[in-house]
Amino acid sequence: MSTKKIVTYAEAINEALREEMHSDPDVILLGEDIGSYGGVFKVTKGLLDEFGRDRVIDTPISEAGFIGAGIGAAMTGMKPVVEIMWVDFTLVAMDQILNQAAKMSYMSGGQTKVPLVIRTQGGGGRGNAAQHSQSLETIFAHVPGIKVVLPSTPYDAKGLLKSSIREGCPVIFIEHKMLYNQKAEIPSEEYFIPLGKADIKRAGKDITIVSISRMVHFCLDAAKELQKEGIEAEVIDLRTLVPLDLELVKKSVQKTHRLLIVHEATKSYGWGAEVAARIQEEAFDELDAPVYRVGAEDVPIPYNLNLEKETLPQVRDIVDAVRNSLYLSI
Amino acid sequence: MGEWLQFFELNEQSWSWDQQKAEEAWRKMNVIRAFEEKSIELYKQGLMGGSLHSYIGQEAVATGVCMNLNTDDYITMTYRGRGQAIAIGADPYKLFAEMLGRKDGYCKGKGGPMHIACRELGILGANGIVGAGIPIAVGSALTAKYRKKGQIAVTFFGDGATNQGAFHEALNLAAILKLPIVFVCENNLYSEMTPIKYSTLNEDLAERGAAYRIPSIVVDGNDVRAVFEATKAAVNRARLGEGPTFIEAKTYRLAGHMFGDAETYRSKEEVAEWRQKEPIKRFQQVCLQEQLLDEQRLNEIQNQIYKEIDTAAQQAMEAEQPGMEEIFTDVY
Repeated sequence: MSTKKIVTYAEAINEALREEMHSDPDVILLGEDIGSYGGVFKVTKGLLDEFGRDRVIDTPISEAGFIGAGIGAAMTGMKPVVEIMWVDFTLVAMDQILNQAAKMSYMSGGQTKVPLVIRTQGGGGRGNAAQHSQSLETIFAHVPGIKVVLPSTPYDAKGLLKSSIREGCPVIFIEHKMLYNQKAEIPSEEYFIPLGKADIKRAGKDITIVSISRMVHFCLDAAKELQKEGIEAEVIDLRTLVPLDLELVKKSVQKTHRLLIVHEATKSYGWGAEVAARIQEEAFDELDAPVYRVGAEDVPIPYNLNLEKETLPQVRDIVDAVRNSLYLSI
Repeated sequence: MGEWLQFFELNEQSWSWDQQKAEEAWRKMNVIRAFEEKSIELYKQGLMGGSLHSYIGQEAVATGVCMNLNTDDYITMTYRGRGQAIAIGADPYKLFAEMLGRKDGYCKGKGGPMHIACRELGILGANGIVGAGIPIAVGSALTAKYRKKGQIAVTFFGDGATNQGAFHEALNLAAILKLPIVFVCENNLYSEMTPIKYSTLNEDLAERGAAYRIPSIVVDGNDVRAVFEATKAAVNRARLGEGPTFIEAKTYRLAGHMFGDAETYRSKEEVAEWRQKEPIKRFQQVCLQEQLLDEQRLNEIQNQIYKEIDTAAQQAMEAEQPGMEEIFTDVY
């Protein structure tokens, strides 16, 4: 009989790392302040004591340098999990991520694999302003050769991270800073969630809402409000952008005939545009309304909490967009 | 800086190689030269895509360094990196096949001249981005240290790479983690089309290794013996777990940055002067003076190599194109 326990999102990730480090001595961690400090969000807490300095390596502040080192270690048989403290900092190491990690297998004709996970966290919500609040997932999803994972719950975070470490290719695993303290039940036994399988977080028949990461919770809150007016929204959590589980979205749209896409990334050129385009290409006849998108305003994230909140998508925006899709007055 | 920076001088009195070692060096340098000359010929015939960056003139660096390595050591190099691949033992046929984009190439024709990789020889990859292979090599040194099997990493890069952030980050990381790696800076005086003296005020780039408290050595990069001896000490240090070494090999790129480069940044006289100091000519003189190999033997080896290279190129030209299905393989 399976047993359950309650953990936070941060603890779930910590468990995934600990289990994978126990099961495979080639799993090592690299990152800033991840050792004795345990990471700024305490995700790697206790791992240094348990696994020692050979496997939990505090690095200088030099993202290109230690992501590059992670790539080299991965190419030679290790399974490094590199922590980048904020997703915004990946931008100083983009050559290593997108020109190197993402292309090594292909350029070498498959001689070299890069089983590297880059763990990082993104998103707004705590007044970190424009250089510490971005949602950059689309950038990674746009370049072939790297898989893109954004878990929304403790259960997903653990199962997806364990799979990511075993995926055998570069994976960027983007956590959300506002989710670290969120608690939920997870199984006590080991489990995995495969990459590329979206999850129906709430079933419904009137409209399909596709989202990822923290916005999934906003969509669920919106669905609750809509339920009061008799609207049953189906909320799909993509969980991974690459691979993209378009089939599940299509199946849902065949049932609801309406689609809304919600992401925290800026709306223009966001991944929502890709999903919208694909659905109209592949399921045009199923649609009873245009595909709508809710995303952040096309501005850098402002510091002031009121301004930040107004800039990022809120539950109200999702409710309004659903009503719009159902041709109801807003 | 003093204790970290040294200028390597070959001790002519105590230096000695046997005939076998001399033949090995002579052979490797000539295979690289013949391969690079043939590549230019093929490029001129329009048989290659992209750009071709010749290694002619720098043969002593790849040869002198790689003669110290084992095939389970790790190497990263630059888009000018066929020299190192040959020096560690890559098959000229498979290299030509890659340059021509054929199925039999090391990377199935998907990497090309700038991205030679050969896993079985420890070649993690040549790199099209200046300086990018340096942190990757540092990562392979991390694996080597973790595995404790006596492996080391060597990374080759040019003078221009020493101005890249990745270079500095990688050196610092290797220094603090005391990794088994040798940084080999091939200072050929030109960073693409700009003289290195206009790009940095350091006359000796090895100062940059010393700045990170990495023992750093300046060596005559056109003397294969000096490169070999300096590297031998560095490789030993790495294998013994004593940490990284930085070697600046002062050399000269006899061809342009890439084929077709107008070379307006240097005079014909300067190139002619360096042609007198080029590594194959210099080693030939040493072999004759020291009576290691006579003229007949040197020529015999050289002629045979040119024949072999011709054959390998011819075979590569006849090799199959990759199938269209290759577009979609190896993405992850």
